[in-house]
Amino acid sequence: MIALQPAQDLRLDAGVLDYVILALYFLVVLGIGWMARRAVRTSLDFFLSGRALPAWITGLAFMSANLGAIEILGMAANGAQYGIMTVHYYWIGAVPAMVFLGIVMMPFYYRSKVHSVPEFMRRRFNGATQLLNAITFAVAQILIAGINLYALGLVMEGLLGWPLWVSILVAAAIVLGYITLGGLSSAIYNEVMQFFVIVAGLVPVVVLGLIKVGGWSGLMSKVPEKMLHTWQNTGTSDNPLGANWIGIVLGLGFILSFGYWTTNFAEVQRALSARNTNAARLTPIVAAYPKLFIPILTIIPGLVALLLFDNLGKSGGPDYNDAIPLLMNQFLPNGVLGIAITGLLASFMAGMAANISGFNTVFTYDIWRAHINGDHPDEWYVRLGRLATIGGVAGGIGTAFIAAGFSNIMNYLQALFSFFNAPLFATFIIGLFWKRMTAWAGFWGLLSGTLAAFAVYIGYKSDVFGFGTDLNASFVGAGTAFVVDAIVSVVVTLATTPKPESELRGLVYGLTDTTIRDDALAGDAAWYRSPLVLGAGALVLAAAFYIPFL
Amino acid sequence: MHNLFDIRRIIGALFVVYGIILTITGFVDDKAAIQKALGVRINLWVGIGMLILGVGFLIWERLRPVTLEFQEEVDTSTFGPPPSGHDETPSSRDTE
Repeated sequence: MIALQPAQDLRLDAGVLDYVILALYFLVVLGIGWMARRAVRTSLDFFLSGRALPAWITGLAFMSANLGAIEILGMAANGAQYGIMTVHYYWIGAVPAMVFLGIVMMPFYYRSKVHSVPEFMRRRFNGATQLLNAITFAVAQILIAGINLYALGLVMEGLLGWPLWVSILVAAAIVLGYITLGGLSSAIYNEVMQFFVIVAGLVPVVVLGLIKVGGWSGLMSKVPEKMLHTWQNTGTSDNPLGANWIGIVLGLGFILSFGYWTTNFAEVQRALSARNTNAARLTPIVAAYPKLFIPILTIIPGLVALLLFDNLGKSGGPDYNDAIPLLMNQFLPNGVLGIAITGLLASFMAGMAANISGFNTVFTYDIWRAHINGDHPDEWYVRLGRLATIGGVAGGIGTAFIAAGFSNIMNYLQALFSFFNAPLFATFIIGLFWKRMTAWAGFWGLLSGTLAAFAVYIGYKSDVFGFGTDLNASFVGAGTAFVVDAIVSVVVTLATTPKPESELRGLVYGLTDTTIRDDALAGDAAWYRSPLVLGAGALVLAAAFYIPFL
Repeated sequence: MHNLFDIRRIIGALFVVYGIILTITGFVDDKAAIQKALGVRINLWVGIGMLILGVGFLIWERLRPVTLEFQEEVDTSTFGPPPSGHDETPSSRDTE
């Protein structure tokens, strides 16, 4: 029998060795940024704008852009709170959408050569749709930057024992310095490197955690029975997730997940640097395979933490978010502890840097230059971008305190996705397959869908609607946003005039742009480079993985 | 031409250095450190693992470099399927 213990103090017991490991990491990251400025070909050219990369590199970058520390801490929190059902986020809530992105959507993104999703909206619909999408995107990036900053503050609080608000302010200053010193190029490298470091830090947590609870069979026998199933009792809401199968399949598996993966430009952008259409299509599919296995690194630690700390997630005890830091503190000696801390800190910084650079690009180009004043020379916009960076970090400090109010940051993130991604996905998918859909239908559909999701959320928070759990509320919010967006889009389309076909070539399914030549390479015909074969393989594996946990 | 900024070279080097640090730490760990990790010399095992992964990345980068020139490439199919699952790695070698 394992002794249950209350966990109160999250003070990480880091020593000199751990700080050396941490310092080494940031020396490397900043060193790359410094060297890249001197190189003729900058690393950014190499990484993003070259359109020269094979699918394994872009796939790696795609995977790393998603698997940051929020994802890892948040999914461990879900593992502790909802049990094995958390795998829905991976096997139905990610893999199918990643495969769909690769097979169906990627050719449109890659071949239209857009620099952002708002720009795609302008070309498919109109400037007003671009502006609306750019504004909601900018707001979402600042809110998500706040989550990263909050998480960074939590780790610093654990390391140094400072109060949370001091940690948040200091962390913000560090991130600002890091973006300014290292530049975007080092941020991109940091993003890929943090993934490997965080995995190296998590594997020992999983192994030692399993040893502690008596191995896999020990874990399975000690965790409450109802937390070990994925589909049991999903006919009603009487299961840990509080969602029935319709909510899981349509809310999570279709709207939230397709919305996130297919319109999230931080992800999609990674595939745009691929060398040809086939490599771009393979990018998310290559990333889907590791995604299948990530639950091992997140859900198992969550369940182990649930068994070890009896006050986890209860009032007076630590938040579910703390599951992994608690286990690190429990099991990792100095050395490996340093690796794990480095992985977490690097990951939050990479996440926040990506949010801030996304915000800065969209604010400068899709909002200011496209809609406020487009007559300045390029340098003027570069300066504006720098100011936007400072403004973005300042905004992130504000939203970090909003994030601090949620005991499970993943639920907060899902609520944000239901506002921003679900309606965007509806507009996107209808516009992609229905060439009659008009420019103003894009605008009004997006606006009404976003407002509908807000309305559902406010109704839930003020107890007008009862959805049981926060997560279920996100599923319903996303579903409502999607349906309202779709209805408004159809109604407005019927009342307005469609764009001529010539303007829609390459942007709508079935209207192929004949001016683009086929860019296939000779090796692309092989089965191991076929998006269809590899995509189907990922789907079959995802379905097969469910079998032991029905 | 080898690219100094190849991500494999950077991750490889970082992991080799971390691997060496952890392996040495693993050998000299005191009882308290080993007890904390439930009797496992975890620094040693993770150190060896990181060392192997780091060396693997460096070898991979040596054997199949990615250069910016390969855009003008070349029929990769003449090389046949690569041996070890890194299917997408292009080769900068000349076809002739």
